[in-house]
Amino acid sequence: MPGIMTKILEVEDLEVAFRIGPAFGIGQRKELLGVAGVGFDLDPGKTFALVGESGSGKTTLARAVNGLQAISAGRIVFDGQRIDDLDARRMKPLRLRMSMMFQDPVGSLSPRMKVGDLVTEAYRIHGIDVDFRAETERLLSLVGLSMDVTDRFPHQLSGGQARRVGVARAIALNPELIIADEPTAGLDVSIQGEVLNLLNDLRERLGLAMIIITHNLHVVRHVADRMAVMYLGRFVEIGPTDEIFSAPAHPYTAALLSANPEPDPDRAKDRIALPAEVPSLLHRPEGCEFHTRCPWARQDCGDEIPEAVIVGQRRVACRFPLERGERPPADSPTDPPTK
Amino acid sequence: MSLPTVNLLTIRDLNVRFATERGELHALRDVGLDIGKERIVGIVGESGCGKSTLINAILGLLANNGRIDGGRILFNGRDLTRLDPKSMQALRGIEIATVFQDPMGALNPVISVGRQMRNIQYRSSLRNKEKDARSVAMLQRVRIPDAKQALHRFPHEFSGGMKQRIAIAMALMMEPALLIADEPTTALDATLEVATIDLLKDLQAGIGCSVLFISHHLGVIAELCDEVVVMYAGEVVERGSTSQVFNHPNHPYTARLLECDPARQAKRTRLLPTIPGEIPDLRHRPPGCIFASRCADHRSACQAPPPEIEVDNGHFARCIHARHHDENSRSRRP
Ligand SMILES: Nc1ncnc2c1ncn2[C@@H]1O[C@H](COP(=O)(O)OP(=O)(O)OP(=O)(O)O)[C@@H](O)[C@H]1O
Ligand SMILES: Nc1ncnc2c1ncn2[C@@H]1O[C@H](COP(=O)(O)OP(=O)(O)OP(=O)(O)O)[C@@H](O)[C@H]1O
Ligand code: SF4
Ligand SMILES: [Mg+2]
Ligand SMILES: [Mg+2]
Repeated sequence: MPGIMTKILEVEDLEVAFRIGPAFGIGQRKELLGVAGVGFDLDPGKTFALVGESGSGKTTLARAVNGLQAISAGRIVFDGQRIDDLDARRMKPLRLRMSMMFQDPVGSLSPRMKVGDLVTEAYRIHGIDVDFRAETERLLSLVGLSMDVTDRFPHQLSGGQARRVGVARAIALNPELIIADEPTAGLDVSIQGEVLNLLNDLRERLGLAMIIITHNLHVVRHVADRMAVMYLGRFVEIGPTDEIFSAPAHPYTAALLSANPEPDPDRAKDRIALPAEVPSLLHRPEGCEFHTRCPWARQDCGDEIPEAVIVGQRRVACRFPLERGERPPADSPTDPPTK
Repeated sequence: MSLPTVNLLTIRDLNVRFATERGELHALRDVGLDIGKERIVGIVGESGCGKSTLINAILGLLANNGRIDGGRILFNGRDLTRLDPKSMQALRGIEIATVFQDPMGALNPVISVGRQMRNIQYRSSLRNKEKDARSVAMLQRVRIPDAKQALHRFPHEFSGGMKQRIAIAMALMMEPALLIADEPTTALDATLEVATIDLLKDLQAGIGCSVLFISHHLGVIAELCDEVVVMYAGEVVERGSTSQVFNHPNHPYTARLLECDPARQAKRTRLLPTIPGEIPDLRHRPPGCIFASRCADHRSACQAPPPEIEVDNGHFARCIHARHHDENSRSRRP
């Protein structure tokens, strides 16, 4: 129980099921797994990145950890306490200690509240008395916004300004864990740097732990201690960031990292292309779920679900983990590489 | 640009102001740019520098408290700032298609995706079944799994990046003369982002349309765009071909921005580079160079508005230090 080395977060075999299709009338409702059994843990002061295909379950996983999405199996333990079965009332005190930055910056702010009130809303919800004006000014300046914006409604902000209001809200109460869903999408690289440096400062001073979801692989490389790569609701590779970047072992990881657009118009690209056909969550592929698109797939990859293998300090869900820099075989079933 | 190319869109001296409780905000000042036929033009710049405002001004969709205060927006020779709302609306449906920054705002939450995609084909004489088939084909091109099934689903049942891709699919179905896309790939993973760039290039070549593409992702701009416009605090500070601007940035803001890209930090660092200082208050614009308060190269001459200098064929920068490429490489500033 809460000892010196308590994990701030432990997630075990987590699953989230969605029912889709017509709720009334004819037609069948079907069930799909948005998150299909994932586990990881997080130490205070550490940063864990979630990357992966669009639609692979990152936001769903984040919302589940934050208690905003009911889970269908598994356990979530925050600082030694199981939280996945808490109701809203018992979850409330924990919201002082963990917060979320939402992927949709404008949509996550109530449209009828002004920025000044939005930034300090958490204090009011939790009945914490502070000098609201001073606190608003402090939080806004931390995210590079001036007091000019306090009288505006969310839709009167630029996309990046709304994103920064979300960041200010999430750090207001000095939480121990922040779950940041695309915290820098829509920010220019300079302000992106400011936001990430701010979070790093909180990490160093207050031991903030963070789950960061981002499609910006350059950001991941710089800020994350560990990372997981998601595909169809599962982790295909999880481990230390530098190991994964220097030698991706799962074919999906290798393809993802090779695609990263570089800011150099003249640079030749050496990409591992994937076939366009993304499998359906309603009909998951048999065996290795990546085999339908894997440039390295062998005859029997569709027969057997791969056991996780250990490569260095990583767990990799592939029967034939890649060597460093290994290229797809010449007869791979994929499109010819672009450029 | 200065070459005798045919421009689809020409913007000159555009000014936009917003009324706020704390005074009037001068969001765009004397903005000028050209989009040639079949060209892909990117806009980069600070968060809040007026990129979305520029788009809204083109489309006649400025917020109620905003107004155009001078300038011209010529689309195929017609000045859009003088167009009546009805013709403007027709133009938006047929000739200009837009992927807005907020995909949730563009999709109606209570109508199924299939119905929305059918609705935007209202002008077509196809039967519903054929319209749906077109929708499915387009959803497949943006790599939505289960495309057929997706027609029956509602926007909230898709992930952030899937909604973005649905918005892209809808805009492309209109086969416009001008496609405007405001940060359409922020929620796409690298593989899909690259696929989307390829798709846009493909369709652009196929339809022969022009594209105005806004992104903070410099890598995406470098890969997709023929030309780049760099904006800072509501002004165009530099524009030129992508390789001119990326390889020979002439405005100090452009140079700093490129340096801040974490993609350029080869060594892993927890402390990322930033541009020190803050943007000026847009209610009280400084009379001189808009970047002066943050510029390491500023001189007393910067207190007067710097001219837009052509440093190379079609490459312009608004800075007193701007020099022709050859001169520049000889006397590179520290
Ligand atoms: N409310 C819902 N009802 C049904 N399906 C849903 C719902 N929310 C998400 N899904 C599905 O669950 C899967 C995972 O979605 P999620 O939003 O977690 O993806 P993501 O990894 O965050 O993607 P992105 O990077 O595009 O934001 C997707 O296939 C999505 O369509
Ligand atoms: N309706 C409005 N009322 C007042 N100010 C506004 C309004 N809309 C935008 N602004 C302000 O105008 C400026 C330009 O905003 P705009 O949305 O065009 O920026 P942007 O370049 O698109 O930024 P981002 O990259 O963050 O989306 C910002 O300072 C913004 O706060
Ligand atoms: S005009 Fe002066 S202040 Fe402005 S960018 Fe150039 S050197 Fe800097
Ligand atoms: Mg998401
Ligand atoms: Mg914008």
